[in-house]
Amino acid sequence: MQPFRKHTGVVVPLDKVNVDTDQIIPKQFLKRIERTGFGEFLFYDWRFSGDGKEFGKKIGDFVLDAPRYAKASILVAGKNFGCGSSREHAVWALADFGFRVVIASSFADIFANNSLKNGLLTVRLNQEQVAEIMRRSKEIENYQLNVDLETLRVEDGRGFTTTFAMDEFSRHCLLNGLDDIGLTLQHEAEIAAYEAKHPACAEMKVILAG
Amino acid sequence: MGETGNMAPRTLFEKVWDAHVVAAPEGQSTLLYIDLHLVHEVTSPQAFDGLRANGRRLRQPLRTMATVDHNIPTTPRGLPIADPIAAKQIEALQKNCREFGVPLFDMDSAEQGIVHVIGPELGITLPGMTIVCGDSHTSTHGAFGSLAFGIGTSEVEHVLATQCLPQKKPKTMQIHVSGKLAEGVTAKDLALGIIGQLGTDGATGYVIEYAGDAVRALSMEGRMTLCNMSIEAGARAGLIAPDETTFAYVSGRRFAPKGKDWGEAVTYWRTLAGDPGAQFDRVIEIDAVSLAPFVTWGTNPGMVVAVNARVPELKSFGQEADRRAAEQALAYMGLDPGTPIEAIAVDRVFIGSCTNSRIEDLRAAARVAKGQHVNPKVRAMVVPGSQAIKRAAEQEGLHRIFLDAGFEWRESGCSMCLGMNPDILQPGERCASTSNRNFEGRQGRGGRTHLVSPMMAAAAAIAGHFTDVRNWKYE
Ligand code: SF4
Repeated sequence: MQPFRKHTGVVVPLDKVNVDTDQIIPKQFLKRIERTGFGEFLFYDWRFSGDGKEFGKKIGDFVLDAPRYAKASILVAGKNFGCGSSREHAVWALADFGFRVVIASSFADIFANNSLKNGLLTVRLNQEQVAEIMRRSKEIENYQLNVDLETLRVEDGRGFTTTFAMDEFSRHCLLNGLDDIGLTLQHEAEIAAYEAKHPACAEMKVILAG
Repeated sequence: MGETGNMAPRTLFEKVWDAHVVAAPEGQSTLLYIDLHLVHEVTSPQAFDGLRANGRRLRQPLRTMATVDHNIPTTPRGLPIADPIAAKQIEALQKNCREFGVPLFDMDSAEQGIVHVIGPELGITLPGMTIVCGDSHTSTHGAFGSLAFGIGTSEVEHVLATQCLPQKKPKTMQIHVSGKLAEGVTAKDLALGIIGQLGTDGATGYVIEYAGDAVRALSMEGRMTLCNMSIEAGARAGLIAPDETTFAYVSGRRFAPKGKDWGEAVTYWRTLAGDPGAQFDRVIEIDAVSLAPFVTWGTNPGMVVAVNARVPELKSFGQEADRRAAEQALAYMGLDPGTPIEAIAVDRVFIGSCTNSRIEDLRAAARVAKGQHVNPKVRAMVVPGSQAIKRAAEQEGLHRIFLDAGFEWRESGCSMCLGMNPDILQPGERCASTSNRNFEGRQGRGGRTHLVSPMMAAAAAIAGHFTDVRNWKYE
């Protein structure tokens, strides 16, 4: 996994609450069997006309397509970002598009977990702080934030500065880009001991044979 | 495990959690053992690729079960799959299952169906288990008193490789529903009523336990509908303590314990119910009498009102962000504030999905449809949750009732719940749907989804608009 330490980037405001993963990456793109190449389909139904079978025409009025946000790598959005479907494709699409950080006042659980596994940092701030970043990113041309996971700090060099919370273990994994499957496998002895006490249902074998 | 004596009283969730802790390393997440991993074609290919790339094996093939449901067509089974990308994804699952030795209920299997329908149906889902799947509606299996939750593809890979997941312990919420649901008010309405009250993020960070007389009175089908929708309130999982209703459902199913094992299993399952005095982080009381058949009016399941109410006025929203969200939702839905719900006409009706495609759902819808005719302006389809349900319904003659009334009777799968297969809404089409999400474009770009119960969906198909099923004149 790509580690995350600090990042400085342009902020794009997505001023909506309850942005669900069906919007982030519509279902017609879930049939791909790779992890890559989802970026161009990000927020597809809001950005493009047509149904995606033929690559549609860019509508052009969606905030992500405004020239001033072309280089954005930090997304700020309303509460409950990433709700709905568990599709990790939503995180792959955001990361592939170039986002490293999403800021919101709350995130859906599965989305936050998926982000963690892909080096996409989800930063929770309170509603006033989110509103302030939203306002500044709309008013100030080329508005940038520095996000530092080592010091758990977000600041814009123009007077906005705050800290955010993250559980210590998740932070450790992100900072070091740790493969958590590897971490779990360090517990091989405990897993094996658990399995010895709780055998699987052998009858499932009949389906294997069939 | 001899946890008696002076141990603090525990909730159902805490008991299931405690029984699956493999390791609790200092300063890290708890490592939980996963009893059952359900796999489908859409969220798994990248996980199997990950195993291959890292030279890892599948740890527990017999604790893994796969089926195809999300993108398969619901037209008769022998036909080729017209969509080449969908076909490729299905082939990838078949190949991965062969390579890693995963039991697969394939397209042509007599057991194929929506993953959350066939797990319980086959007795693979059992009380007290931990169950995961790369699908957020895994919460369905909580109806059996299992801790069941949706995961992303990286976590799918994690479970394939280790049969464990590192987890932070969620908070606990009890939703206590007293009283009795009225005739025409179903588990789906209870679920929608709860989400309407909590909002779509009201239970984020929590695991819900449903309790109270109205919950106890639900059949297993009803309990699955209720637990299925837990995720729509943001909850990771929703559980109901196993009881006689649960045991009666599980008993005799294909993979359920038999003979002496059955007796031992039931003895253990009886210990799972929460202890008296167990504490929850949050408790919510609901009176079943306050519930009605519900219809969503907006673009998330929390935007919901009773069928005899009206689309809300914008000024009724206190918060600016909510008012704006409602305004955007109504624009998308093509509705004006103040419109009576019963005045909203529908173009399509979908009865199906892991929320409402079980035999009891089909019986309820058929009771409404019996001897009636689908409104000529409406196209209505019934998609059973599994091949087994389809067979059972045909044995009872339910398909005749539907076909005679003008409903389409199709093969099992997720179908129009997410519209990955050819079953989709056209732009602007309005659908009464028994599924679980009314997000923008969920059933097809520009499509307008209203979530309802199977009875309400059948009634809307016949009337051509939403109508209060409590006033229905049955044949
Ligand atoms: S029926 Fe819908 S919600 Fe259920 S598993 Fe299929 S796509 Fe997901």
